[in-house]
Amino acid sequence: MRRYRIGMYEGCISCLRCARECSFGAITVDKDRKLSFHHDRCTDCQRCVSFCPTGTVYITEDANRFRHNGLFGEDDIREIILQADTGGVLLSSMGAPGSRVPIYFDRMLLNASQVTNPSIDPLREPMETAVYLGRRPEGIRRDADGDIVDNLPPHLELDVPIMFSAMSYGAMSLNVHKALAKAAESLGTCWNTGEGGLHEGLYPYRRNTIVQVASGRFGVHATYLETAAAIEIKIGQGAKPGIGGHLTGRKIVGDVSKTRMVPPGLDAISSAPHHDIYSIEDLAQLVMSIKEATHHAKPVIVKVAAVHNIAPIASGIARSGADIISIDGYRGGTGAAPRRIRDNVGIPIELAIAVVDQRLREERIRDRVSVIASGGIRNSSDVVKAIALGADAVSIGTAALCALGCHICASCHTGRCAWGLATQDAELAGRLDPEKGAQRLVNLVNAWTREIREFMGGMGIDSIEALRGNRLALRGVGLNTKELEILGIGHAGE
Amino acid sequence: MKKEGEVRISSGCAISGIFRRDGKRISGEAIRRSIAVMHDRSNGLGGGFAAYGIYPQYKDHFALHIFYDSQSAREETERFLECRFDIINLSKIPVRRTAAITDAPLIWRYFITPLPHMLQDSQLDEKEYTSRAMIGINGSIDGAYVVSCGKDMGVFKAVGYPEDVADFYRIEEYEGYSWTAHGRYPTNTPGWWAGAHPFSLLDLSVVHNGEISSYDANRRTVEMYGYTCSLLTDTEVITYMLDYLTRRQGLSLAECAEVVASPFWTTIAAMEDEQERRRLSYLRRMFSSFLITGPFSILVGFRGGMMALNDRLKLRGLVAAQKGDTFYFSSEEAAIRVVEKDPDRIWAPQGGQAVIVRLNEEAGA
Amino acid sequence: MAKCTPGGISGYAGEEIALTGCLGQRHIGCAMKDGILHVEGTPGNAIAAYLDGGSIYVDGNVQDAAADTMNAGLLAVRGSAGDALAYGMRGGRVYVLGDVGYRAGVHMKAYGEHRGVLVVGGRTGSFLGEYLAGGIIIVLGLGHEGEDITGHFCGSGMYAGTIYLRTVRTVRNLSDKLVMRSVPASELDQVVRPVVEDFASVFSIPVDRCLEGGFIAIEADESKSYSQLYAAV
Repeated sequence: MRRYRIGMYEGCISCLRCARECSFGAITVDKDRKLSFHHDRCTDCQRCVSFCPTGTVYITEDANRFRHNGLFGEDDIREIILQADTGGVLLSSMGAPGSRVPIYFDRMLLNASQVTNPSIDPLREPMETAVYLGRRPEGIRRDADGDIVDNLPPHLELDVPIMFSAMSYGAMSLNVHKALAKAAESLGTCWNTGEGGLHEGLYPYRRNTIVQVASGRFGVHATYLETAAAIEIKIGQGAKPGIGGHLTGRKIVGDVSKTRMVPPGLDAISSAPHHDIYSIEDLAQLVMSIKEATHHAKPVIVKVAAVHNIAPIASGIARSGADIISIDGYRGGTGAAPRRIRDNVGIPIELAIAVVDQRLREERIRDRVSVIASGGIRNSSDVVKAIALGADAVSIGTAALCALGCHICASCHTGRCAWGLATQDAELAGRLDPEKGAQRLVNLVNAWTREIREFMGGMGIDSIEALRGNRLALRGVGLNTKELEILGIGHAGE
Repeated sequence: MKKEGEVRISSGCAISGIFRRDGKRISGEAIRRSIAVMHDRSNGLGGGFAAYGIYPQYKDHFALHIFYDSQSAREETERFLECRFDIINLSKIPVRRTAAITDAPLIWRYFITPLPHMLQDSQLDEKEYTSRAMIGINGSIDGAYVVSCGKDMGVFKAVGYPEDVADFYRIEEYEGYSWTAHGRYPTNTPGWWAGAHPFSLLDLSVVHNGEISSYDANRRTVEMYGYTCSLLTDTEVITYMLDYLTRRQGLSLAECAEVVASPFWTTIAAMEDEQERRRLSYLRRMFSSFLITGPFSILVGFRGGMMALNDRLKLRGLVAAQKGDTFYFSSEEAAIRVVEKDPDRIWAPQGGQAVIVRLNEEAGA
Repeated sequence: MAKCTPGGISGYAGEEIALTGCLGQRHIGCAMKDGILHVEGTPGNAIAAYLDGGSIYVDGNVQDAAADTMNAGLLAVRGSAGDALAYGMRGGRVYVLGDVGYRAGVHMKAYGEHRGVLVVGGRTGSFLGEYLAGGIIIVLGLGHEGEDITGHFCGSGMYAGTIYLRTVRTVRNLSDKLVMRSVPASELDQVVRPVVEDFASVFSIPVDRCLEGGFIAIEADESKSYSQLYAAV
């Protein structure tokens, strides 16, 4: 079904670059070297537009529209027709789009100092963004001489409060992993392998690598656990809470097969639950067995999707022995998820952080664990707001992919990513230069960090821990009393 | 308009402190003169004093200073106290009516000790037992406000300029080995007696100058540990933070200073002494929610000592001086010179560097 | 007790006046244009603010915010100074024989024939010369030989002017946007010596002691401009 239309301004020099770049077969070259357009295949990935040397090619929404109906919208009708044609579950990728569900980040405004205390200039004065994620014991201990004994469990040390979210090798090309790993090392932060194992070529980045253990246990072995700064147990992700993953056999090729330890061509199924975790006490057991396997030298993260009862879930995780809770919100991205699930299950990350932070405080355990927020973080102000609501740090996935070229055409599940990110096609994957990609990620996070320092400086806060949970820094606009109550903030003007 | 406690109100200030290391008790006249020099740093909407060593005849009993809006609040509070404490003595605090101080509440003083069987049943130590009862009064009895509840100490505060507050309370008639004073410059108009400073809990009293930017992060942390911030002032939250860190965590005041005004990571990393580097890194990571950012200079009074501390960027002024056994601290040097023209030593403590003075061993407390 | 009045004591022309027993009175000599003022005691905050000429000699310590936005003239303090000394000073001379607090010489600048000169006989608190945009700051560290004399973050954000330190130690937490160099003899003679001689003569102290040992200079590294920070949207 046609959604986009490829157009040409005057001035095409027939270099045919657009056709070479198009990985979806929307622009092809016929036998007399003329371009031919197949509009129905276009995903609006913008690859052709970005590479056209004369700026001639462009993509627009197709002008054709179904008859307007206030109840059945364009997408509703399209999807019904598609499902009637195929009988299939609708598949999508990336995070939930649209404005059906409020984006609370956009309904909150930040504070600044005026007169009664000074703002601080982050370009000239110290402005600390380092965070230490992990557990803290209830109290201090002293030795016989009265000196304080270091009883802190291992912490994850980050120079900036921004990490890269879990994106697996298999869903992503190896070059994406290389770029993320290099960037994380250079930034003093962490990237996350996702559930597809860690390519041996990336073992040197172990100090900046978080390895993931998910239900399918792909590529999980003792060396993998050792080759990490922290280990993450993935229970769920924001894009598809309660739903497992399925990497088709088509993508289980070569090093993906070797890294995942799955025979080539065989599907890799991650079940929805870990079948060794049917209850919270089982989680405690898995956390402990990972700690035992790694000599209690690394923090353990438990990642869950933000669902309705996220507050008690987080409290349970905090008591399971996990060091860090990672919460992925409703808008979190994915390489492939059933569209209905993606768009209708879970809650926005802003509300989830607010209730989790508050609940952990009510139970007097907020200082015992750290909280990572993810799922739809688009820029530095989202980061600052997430931390002011109560997160220790955030993870970015989609934003990181955009730095690497992604234009959110949401076609990851096709495996034909024209930008060389969500693909195992060697030619396509070769389009991403890991060095250049890493530099772009470093630029992005450095730029955000500078902006975060500006926000903090404006509020007179010179260390990120004093921003954490500092909800006086936030005011809502256009939110109702209940929303304000849940977010734990006042309304603008109050 | 919301009154203090319902909304957070900014304020600037002047602070001053005098401490006799030899334990010699001096009249409140000196601290009055000291704080009066900094008249311009206040706006007449709050002044107060904390004094230690003023009740030697009752030094083993908790001394309560309480504001009442009405006789019925007093009667209710006294019934509350009688169920939990042995009241050794009670009286109105003597005041001098002056034109400058108006709308005074009823101001009463009690010397009390926990009823032994109640204390035993509570399974708490007497400090925790008493502090919970006081927080109970402030939170549940309308029109009653406990101003101070430590032993051998008391807080005197009011809406007005500090020198007028001193005259009102006849502060010159008290003798103590340790005095702190506060002149307040809040940004709201209606003054509230309980909102004046010092703020106090048990033996701890705090006067503070500045407005901290970490307020809500700190407030939510102490509330997590069972404190209720009812005034929403920096002084209140700093007092609770210090109470938690010293009484519940067992940190020394010097360690508290290293937590709340922690050195920068770059400073810690550059330290040559590895043990010191580890110790400071530990304190910062362990108590990261207790870091205070933004400007502050504070004087912390406690039984037998006083601590002066600046924020780590030294965004508020603080001057210290010594003459023999007497130590002076103030927002401005002039406030010291007015009471001690020729100190042996006068200096400005560095940001984040606590100055802690204590009674000599023979002086006792 | 003397209470301060807005505006304080100011506005004498061509006279010589002595104030004794000062104690916290603010704004002394504020915007004074000429004349000579002798102050004894501990004057309050903001002495010599907007000073536009003439001389103020203080026998004692000055408190915070002295010589704020000073344009011309002399403030000489035979004692120490509090925080935020010579903030935004555009011209004239501020000499302090003793130590000074945090944030001395912040936003000091030079314009036309004006050039701010700040000399500190003792040592300074942190953030000395932050945002320095012109003029010179000399810290002699007298009596603190071999010690750290400027605290942390000296010259953070400075983009013009020079800070001279009579020390052989390196400076703690120096920004990577700054360069530190030792001062050659020619520069010492041409730039530093005349100022220090004037300083020494004001306080009647031997000049040689003030110039003993080596000086280092701190200046902005022009190659590290802030312009690269921004991306136009």
